[in-house]
Amino acid sequence: MDPRRKRVIRLVTALSAAVLLAGALVYTSFSASSEATEPGKLARSAEPGRSYQLTGKVVPGYRREGSTLVFRVRDRQGSASVPVRYDGAVPDPFRAGREVIVDVRKRGAVFVGERDSLVTKCPSKFSKSERDT
Amino acid sequence: MATLGRACLLLALAVSIYGIAASLYGARTGRREWVRSGRRAVYALAGVLTIAFGIVEAAFLRDDFAFDVVASHSSTTTPAFYKATAAWSSQEGSLLLWVWLLALWSSLILWAVRRRARQVQPYATAVLLGFAAFFAGLAFLLADPFATSSPAPAEGSGLNPLLRHPSMMIHPPMLYSGYTLFTVPFAFAVGALIARRLDAEWIAVTRRFALAAWFALGVGILLGARWSYVELGWGGYWGWDPVENASLLPWLTGTAFLHSVMIQEKRGMLKVWNVSLVLATGILAILGTFLVRSGILDSIHAFGASTLGRPFLVLIAVLIGGSIALVISRRRDLRSEHRLDSLMSREAVFLLNNLVLVGLAFVVFWGTFFPLISEAVTGTRASVGPPWFDRYTVPLALVLVLLAGVGPVIAWRRATPRNLWRGFRLPLGALGAMLAAGLATGLGDRPTSLGMFCLAAFVLAAVAQEFGRGALARRAMTRETLPVALVSLVRRNRRRYGGYLVHAGMAVLFVGVAASSAFQANRDVRLAPGQSTRVGGYDVTYARATTGLEGEKVTLGAVLDVRRDGRRVATLRPDRGYYPSTDPSLGPVARYFDGQATSEVGLKAGLRRDLWMAVEPDVQALEPFVREADRRFRDAGADLQGFLIAAIAERYRTRPEPATFRIIVSPLVSWIWIGALIVIAGALVAIWPPPAASRRREASAYARRLARELGRA
Repeated sequence: MDPRRKRVIRLVTALSAAVLLAGALVYTSFSASSEATEPGKLARSAEPGRSYQLTGKVVPGYRREGSTLVFRVRDRQGSASVPVRYDGAVPDPFRAGREVIVDVRKRGAVFVGERDSLVTKCPSKFSKSERDT
Repeated sequence: MATLGRACLLLALAVSIYGIAASLYGARTGRREWVRSGRRAVYALAGVLTIAFGIVEAAFLRDDFAFDVVASHSSTTTPAFYKATAAWSSQEGSLLLWVWLLALWSSLILWAVRRRARQVQPYATAVLLGFAAFFAGLAFLLADPFATSSPAPAEGSGLNPLLRHPSMMIHPPMLYSGYTLFTVPFAFAVGALIARRLDAEWIAVTRRFALAAWFALGVGILLGARWSYVELGWGGYWGWDPVENASLLPWLTGTAFLHSVMIQEKRGMLKVWNVSLVLATGILAILGTFLVRSGILDSIHAFGASTLGRPFLVLIAVLIGGSIALVISRRRDLRSEHRLDSLMSREAVFLLNNLVLVGLAFVVFWGTFFPLISEAVTGTRASVGPPWFDRYTVPLALVLVLLAGVGPVIAWRRATPRNLWRGFRLPLGALGAMLAAGLATGLGDRPTSLGMFCLAAFVLAAVAQEFGRGALARRAMTRETLPVALVSLVRRNRRRYGGYLVHAGMAVLFVGVAASSAFQANRDVRLAPGQSTRVGGYDVTYARATTGLEGEKVTLGAVLDVRRDGRRVATLRPDRGYYPSTDPSLGPVARYFDGQATSEVGLKAGLRRDLWMAVEPDVQALEPFVREADRRFRDAGADLQGFLIAAIAERYRTRPEPATFRIIVSPLVSWIWIGALIVIAGALVAIWPPPAASRRREASAYARRLARELGRA
């Protein structure tokens, strides 16, 4: 085969494969993503079963029920809050008033956290001061 | 001292600007004295920044709380080692560390190549000083490590307890060394493009620095993973956090560059690809630094409101735009001298390896920045989790491990069926044996893990075969004993055999990752003293509660007896340390239980499996006692305060409430660290300067190649 033609075929094949893979990447990232939402919006418009990434601050008064952590998350600027039941690793910095991120799905009146998805922002590294959190 | 520090920063900025101007003027006019002066500006910069960094370090060690950065990141009770390393736990100190390391590495490379790459060097000097000016300017104008308060506070806030771990203190300097070292090949690539000196010289002079950057960044990533495993209380070593990913991106593209550059050196191919890779790696290193500081993405690492994001975005935009413009304008000079002879060749395998590595980098980049991408496309910020990353990275990692075995064995230019059979029969035999053993032991229902074990066996056999054949051939030639022949072989071909060791280490590391991901048994369970649970064939009993008062820390923990088939195999003592909060609204006792907490995991590491346990004591059960103590003794002195805390801790020990435990039995985790150590050993072998004779051989080979290229020009 003509070497130039061979090179063109190789290039087209490689580009087609790259476009296909990139398409898969884009499609799956949009379909598998969790929308980042604050509690106020989640309380108003959450659809049961859909995954959301809840972000906000922990309300004082969280407790353990067996190995389940039960807590409420409120808006960063505001008082609207939603209840969360969570099983899994609880990061060391988890405290009332700290900012958390957790993947949740609505089940009845509560939001159930996905196992090991709870992230508590590290309070002092590079931040202005712990008191600001 | 703060004034002297600020003066040093200002001087650093001035020296950088002067050096840029002198280097560019020298390059344009051909006046070597200006080029020399530009280079000396880099040495002066290193000196000035050493003084500046020394002042910050001294302030930390002297507990000089007049320095804001010391007051907010250290205290009199912070241990001396952590005082010395607390500087880079702050935004200001870490930026100063970044530019200081940049100045040191820049000085080293410019001194080492002062008589080489004469056309490229002045532009590279200007680029390196451009980075230095940017970071010195940030430190001087927006993140001043020498800001002071008057009157100085009597005590500081202390170092974040989570960071009080040796690996966490070494992790930032290693990451920053990686980032700053990657700016060296970036700068020389830009210099080569501007000067149109696109032969292999810029690669030869920066090769060792690119390798050192890859090494330092890899060690930094490894230390972060180790810290996460033993310190964060969740039992994992990698969580696809944006900041972790930011360090992985330049490491992946840097790995691709280290491979593809060999093709340019040997065959004069892939020039556009190599220069693009090194430019991308340099930009990703800056992007990583930006991501850590901008707070633009949600991460476990909260970096607070930062004013640094915009300048970084401008810098990154300039770097991307400039790089693209340079590569396009020099495309004629970047033409390959040869074409790929066959898809069955080492060049083709390296190319595929590059595509996989760049594909991996693209996946990680896309997933990391997806919140911004989705916000731009849909108006809603959304993110992808670890399962999404795993869906793409696992198959790509499998291909990468396969190529790590194929690359060392397959021939350059064109492999024949005969030499393919000769080279691959042993590795394929090892793969087949592992497959049979895996199927016989029931691993067939975990095809991904089994695939990784088989491919790892393939790589290890391929590497062992290369070492064996090389040593035997040398013994036949020199009549040395086999061990001496092996050592001589490695000494004379450090880069090659160091690289093979790195491949073997990566294979071992991936075995640890595959086994610990697929066969881990874990359980979160709430136990009262005396109660037991069973995890992964082990019976774990909560024997008793423990407490401790160490310095400013109160610890509440547990003793866990671990038995297998009735026989005690370990006694583990996980605990959680509580550090006092600086919140003035809390009472004198409550502040000890409502501050920062850190886990100390109970770990019995072994070659076959790790037993990993963390405890989360129920401190809420202590709240009534803490509140009562605060109410009665609001103005308690330090002694009474200590007594009250000890009394509450003692109550926890004698009448403990049930605690929550995370118990993990994870097979072969230790092989991740062992594999990483092999990688480190291999990288050190490859970086180490070759003996004089082989250096001469290398120089003469380079001279021959240069003469050929000049002859063609």
